[in-house]
Amino acid sequence: MPFVQNVPFFSIMLCMVCGVMSAMLSGRVAKWVTVALSAAVAALNLWLTLDLWANHRSFVYWMGHFPAPWGNELRGGLVESTLAVCFSLIMMLSVAGGMRKLDQQVGKKLNLICVMLDLVLAAMMSMLYTNDLFTGYVFIEIMTLTACALIMSRQNGRTLVSAMRYMIMSLLGSGLTLLAITITYNVTGHLLMENIHDTLYELHRSGNYAVPITTIIGLFFVGLGIKSALYPFHTWLPDSYGYSTPAASAVLSSIISKAYIFLLIKILLRVVGLTVVSGSHAMDLMFVLGIVGMMMGSINAIGSHDLRRMVAFSSVAQIGYIYAGMGLGIRAGFVAAIFHMIMHAFAKSALFISASGLSEVSGNSKRFSDLRGAGFRHPTAGVCFTVAAMSLVGVPVLAGFTAKLYLSDAALTAGGWKMWTLLIALAVSTLLNVLYLMKTVITLYRPAREGFVDPGYKSGKLATCAMWGFVIVNILVGLMAHPIAEAIRSGLAMFD
Amino acid sequence: MIQVFRDHLPQIIAVILFGIGFTTLLVKRNLIKKIIGFNIMDTAIYLFLTSVGYIEGRVAPIMVDGITDASHYINPIPSGLVLTGIVVSVSVSALMLSLTIRLYRRYHTLDIDKITLLMKGEDD
Repeated sequence: MPFVQNVPFFSIMLCMVCGVMSAMLSGRVAKWVTVALSAAVAALNLWLTLDLWANHRSFVYWMGHFPAPWGNELRGGLVESTLAVCFSLIMMLSVAGGMRKLDQQVGKKLNLICVMLDLVLAAMMSMLYTNDLFTGYVFIEIMTLTACALIMSRQNGRTLVSAMRYMIMSLLGSGLTLLAITITYNVTGHLLMENIHDTLYELHRSGNYAVPITTIIGLFFVGLGIKSALYPFHTWLPDSYGYSTPAASAVLSSIISKAYIFLLIKILLRVVGLTVVSGSHAMDLMFVLGIVGMMMGSINAIGSHDLRRMVAFSSVAQIGYIYAGMGLGIRAGFVAAIFHMIMHAFAKSALFISASGLSEVSGNSKRFSDLRGAGFRHPTAGVCFTVAAMSLVGVPVLAGFTAKLYLSDAALTAGGWKMWTLLIALAVSTLLNVLYLMKTVITLYRPAREGFVDPGYKSGKLATCAMWGFVIVNILVGLMAHPIAEAIRSGLAMFD
Repeated sequence: MIQVFRDHLPQIIAVILFGIGFTTLLVKRNLIKKIIGFNIMDTAIYLFLTSVGYIEGRVAPIMVDGITDASHYINPIPSGLVLTGIVVSVSVSALMLSLTIRLYRRYHTLDIDKITLLMKGEDD
């Protein structure tokens, strides 16, 4: 076994060890540990990605060298490692960019928040790489607990209530997921993804157990849909993203909700299998909810008067895009969905971090009237916000454009009513995106309103560097869209 | 029909209990009742899992009289899953309860709707 195949295991263990260590360190050291950890994990996974790309393969890793069913398995492939690189990069930039706010808003318990951030990374890595359904469930719960702690990182009434609401919705979701896993185990007698897939495929071909299989798909979809804030289940999202500390919002929107979606994709493709999935009506439901989410998220974003809440509502719309892509029920749709996931993760974390910079120079206000001229008072944040917003809208060269291109391409391949619905929805929702995102960008570059006193706030060097980092990665993802999509495509082909 | 009920009685009861817990968690406004609902929901799944792993007339897979033949024991994997699940749900309950305490200290009520109303009256 080549040494590079230890990377998934090392990344998970490294995160856990750093998490435990951070509990004993002071906040000042712990936050740097988190940044260094994310950088190290990103580098390790980049190495793995390059190796898998060169050799064009995937592998199964036996934890502790025990074969299944006694041992636990990890599986590494191109999709997983590419996503791991992206997510750990985002973690690094978000923590660096939001560090000053973390210092101000969290105070003495900073090291404990760093423990949570490290554990988010560990849970994310495990959810990406695990080959075992029940391990997936355990890390879903770890992710839920850490996400709750991150929402509460800034302690006031609003974050407490939104943490409670998040927990309630999230527990409904994990209950349904656990039920789905239990029924899967009951029907197939396996917990490893390949074994379940073989059995389910046999059952599907024999025509027995049609109802349980549909139930399993539905339960997984609704369970993980609630957790990733798919449209009608998104009620917990705006408050949770809108009021916690910027680094936490960036991590919540870019990493945590995406990890659930990827787990769902993995379950649909590796556990249930594309042949079974594409014939299921659950995919039609997923598609419809995705389309509705695309519209409603944008409409709510247009109606909000608060910058952070607007960015949060735009997440609902973008998650709608991802689910609509998955709902097409063909492989190209899943490729488009994963690419959209990467694009949105980079753009949304950039938006949250730069929005916090912009409101800092506007007397900590998030209202649009106070934000006028903020782009001149904080040029870096202005550029970062503009680039990320343009990417989400879909300006060519940037990743958002390519993501929408892949989505429409997949829609054309799928054909039928889904093609027309998705194409029209894409056109309308792009228009809506322009309405609220470009309006905000224009607001940022309008002269400040009369009587506005510049608070004279200077942004820190680290945050400025992080924002430039976000600008660079956002443009890079756009320029490298083709290789990334190729990696996703060949990675998904190895799922079968 | 009756035969199906008799064969799958534990599973049917488990799913009904799951439904009760799920609705309690979803619709009750009292936070403590919500937590109770969550526990009913999770326990229902443990009932489901244990009933799947149980084989009539066999004992728990703990070696006592030197019997190593697997045919004397029940399937241990669901029991292992239940244990893991219990650990998860205990920690989640603890977190929910501590959150409830924090909310009660701040707003002096357990009703989530009232808490939301009170919260909206506060400044950021």
